[in-house]
Amino acid sequence: MAFILTAVLVLGLIGLVLGLVLYAVSRKFKVEEDPRVGQITELLPSANCGGCGFPGCAAFAAACVKAESMDGLKCSACKSEVMQQIAAIAGHAIEVGVEKVAVVRCSGSCQNRPDLRIYDGAKSCAAAALMNGGATGCFYGCLGCGDCVKACKFDAISMDPDTGLPVVDQDKCTACGACVKACPRFIIELRNKNKMDRRVYVSCVNKDKGPVARKACDVACIGCGKCVKACPFEAITLENNLAYIDFEKCRLCRKCVDECPQHSISAVNFPPKKEPKPQAEEPAAVQNTESTENK
Amino acid sequence: MNTFTIGGVHPEPNKLTADKKIETLALPKQAVFPLSQHIGAPAVPCVQKGDTVRVGTRIAEPGGFMSASIHSSVSGKVARIDTIVDASGLRKPAIFIDVEGDEWEPSIDNSDKLVLQNNLSREEIIDRIKNAGVVGLGGACFPTHVKLSPPKDCVIDTLIINAVECEPYLTADHRLMLEHPDEIIVGVKIIQKVLGIDRAVIGIEANKPDAIELMQSKMSMVSGIEVMPLKMKYPQGGEKQLIEAVTGRQVPPPPALPANVGCVVQNVGTVFAIYEAVLKNKPLIERIVTVTGKNVKNPCNLKVRLGTPVSQLLEYAGGMPEDTGKLISGGPMMGRPLMDDTAPVVKGTSGILLIPESDAARREERNCIRCAKCVQACPMGLEPYLLATASEQSDWECAEENWIMSCIECGCCQSTCPSRRPLLDWVRLAKNRVGGIIRARNAKN
Repeated sequence: MAFILTAVLVLGLIGLVLGLVLYAVSRKFKVEEDPRVGQITELLPSANCGGCGFPGCAAFAAACVKAESMDGLKCSACKSEVMQQIAAIAGHAIEVGVEKVAVVRCSGSCQNRPDLRIYDGAKSCAAAALMNGGATGCFYGCLGCGDCVKACKFDAISMDPDTGLPVVDQDKCTACGACVKACPRFIIELRNKNKMDRRVYVSCVNKDKGPVARKACDVACIGCGKCVKACPFEAITLENNLAYIDFEKCRLCRKCVDECPQHSISAVNFPPKKEPKPQAEEPAAVQNTESTENK
Repeated sequence: MNTFTIGGVHPEPNKLTADKKIETLALPKQAVFPLSQHIGAPAVPCVQKGDTVRVGTRIAEPGGFMSASIHSSVSGKVARIDTIVDASGLRKPAIFIDVEGDEWEPSIDNSDKLVLQNNLSREEIIDRIKNAGVVGLGGACFPTHVKLSPPKDCVIDTLIINAVECEPYLTADHRLMLEHPDEIIVGVKIIQKVLGIDRAVIGIEANKPDAIELMQSKMSMVSGIEVMPLKMKYPQGGEKQLIEAVTGRQVPPPPALPANVGCVVQNVGTVFAIYEAVLKNKPLIERIVTVTGKNVKNPCNLKVRLGTPVSQLLEYAGGMPEDTGKLISGGPMMGRPLMDDTAPVVKGTSGILLIPESDAARREERNCIRCAKCVQACPMGLEPYLLATASEQSDWECAEENWIMSCIECGCCQSTCPSRRPLLDWVRLAKNRVGGIIRARNAKN
C-alpha cells in the first residue's frame, strides 16, 4: 500500500513542478497577437488560394492589420461587402471595386476543332503544351487536360464532357485568378462581371493568319476586322490577327456579335434576341480599317 | 568490358539498318531551315526574301554566345521567312528556300578526297568550326565551338569520342564509322590539337563488332587514339554515363561540366562534321539519318541535306505504312513525336522512326506501387517516382531539392514502370519549371 502512495506522491510532485515551469514559461514568452487578425481570418474564405499574393489567408489577415491602408491588398475571393468588413476591422477605408469573373476564351469544341492526333502523355495541359501543340490543329486554344479545374480552389470550373472545354460556374467563381495562372495557353481572362452577368468577348486566342486559323477551327478569329468597324465605342482592337474586346469600353451593344463571320464572339446571359431589324445605318467608322480588311 | 555503374536498362536493339549502306537522298524542291536548331539563342537570319543563295551560303548568324550559324544546304532563292511546325511540335520561325540547281560556294571542297594537311592554329580551327555552324550531332545540338573552349581552370586530359549509339533502331553513327573511318581519325586529331592533349578514346558498344574491328585495325597506324569496346547498356551514349564507362570518373551534379573531371565528349558524327568544316571548308549542311521501323518497307541510312522535309525521306523508304501509329524524330527512347511529315530534317535529326499503331498507344496508367524499379533504372541515381509526384502537385521546391536538374531525360524510368506511369512527361515539366525558376533567381542576383 505504501509504495502506491509513494508513487502517487512522487508523480504528483513532478506534475506540479512541471506545471509551474510551464506556467512561468508561458507567461514569460507570451506572444501578443492582435485580435483583429483572428477576426479577419474568420471572414476570409480559408481556401489559401494565394490570389492575394500572400502565402495564405492568415498571412493576408496579418498584412491587412499591419498595413497603413488597403492599397494593393485585396482578397480576390471575397465579395466587396466582405472586403469592406475586413477594412473596417483593420481600420482602413476602402473603395468598392468592380466584380470580375473568369472567362474561358476558346470555343474549340470537338465539333469545331476536331482532333488530328492523339495525345496520351501525362494528363496535364502544362505537360501537353511542353510536348507539342496538342491534339488539334490549333496552337493557341484549349488543350483540354483540365489544369484550370485542378487549380480552382472553389470548385467553380468543370470540364464539359461534350465539348471538352472548361466551363466556369459564375456564381462560384471568385475571380481569384488561380486558373488564369494555371493555363499554359493563357486562354482564361478575368473580365468585369457587368449587370446581370452579361458579357461580350472574343472567344478565341488564335493569333495565326486567317486561312491557317480557319483551317484549324471552325470558330477561330481570323482577324478580318469586321467587328472593329462595327463597334461604335472603339472597344475592339485587332492585333496579331486577333480581335480583343476591352471590357472597360464595351457597352454590350452586341453589334460585333452579329457582324462576326466566324461566330467567334460570344455574348452570354442575354435574353433571346428579337427578329433582327433591317438596319442600314453605318456605325461610326473607325479609321485605319483598310489594312485590316485586306487581311 | 567497361560500362557505367548506376542504373540503366536493356531495350531491344532493333538495329534493322546496321548493314544498309549510306545512300544519298535527292535534293528537295523546297528546303526549310528553322532558326533554332541548337541549344541556346535562335540564329538571326542574314538573308532576305528574294536573295539568291548557294550551297553553303550562310543564311543565319548566331544570336548570342551560345548559338550557331545556319547555312543553306541547297542553291536557289529565299522564298520567305515564315513559321513552321518543327520537330518540337511548336510553330517556330524558319527560312524557306526554293531549290534551283545545285551550285556550291566555290570555297567548299566537295570531293571525297581525304585531306590530311592541317597547318591551322588552334584559334583558326575553332573559328572554322564556329563559322561552319557545327553543333553536337548526338541529339542535344550543343554548339561545338563552345564545348571545345572549356573553362580555363579545368585541365582536360581525355577526349572521348561517343560512338556508342545506345539508342535502339538508330545506325547512323555505326554506318559512318564503317564508311568514313579515316575522316573520323583525322577529325579526332583535329580536336586533340584544339584541346592540346594526346589521349583520345573512341567508345563503341559491343553490338557493333565490325566497327570495333575496323577502327582497331586503323589504330595501328596512328598513336594517341584508343578504341574501347563497351558492354551494351542504355543510356551509355549519355555524356556522363560514357565518361564513367571510359574513365571511371563521375561528373558532379550541375552546374559542374564534364570538363570539371577532365573530359570532353564529342559524338562521332560531330567529329566527321568537324573534319569537313576544318579541312574541307564545308559547313554543316547535311547529315546521316536512319529511316527505320518494324513495318517500313525499305529501312535505310540516308545522307540528307538539312531542310529536306521528312515526307521525302519516308517516300524513299517505301512510304508511310498504313498502320503507323507514331512518327518519331530520333530513337524510341529519347526521340520526340512529330506532328506530321512536313517537318524538315534539322541538325539534331538522327533518325526517323515509324512505330506501328499496336505498339504506339500507351496503355492505361495505374497508381504507383512503390516498387522502386524506376529508382533502380535511373542512370543518374535519382528517384523518378518522387520527382513525378512533386511535378504532378506543382511542388517545384521538392523537385529542385531532389536534383531534378540532373535528369538527362533518357526515359529509363518510364520504360520500366509496371504501372505505366508517364514519369518522364512529369519530370520534363518539372525540369522546365525549375529551370525557369533557377534562371529567374540567377537573373535577380
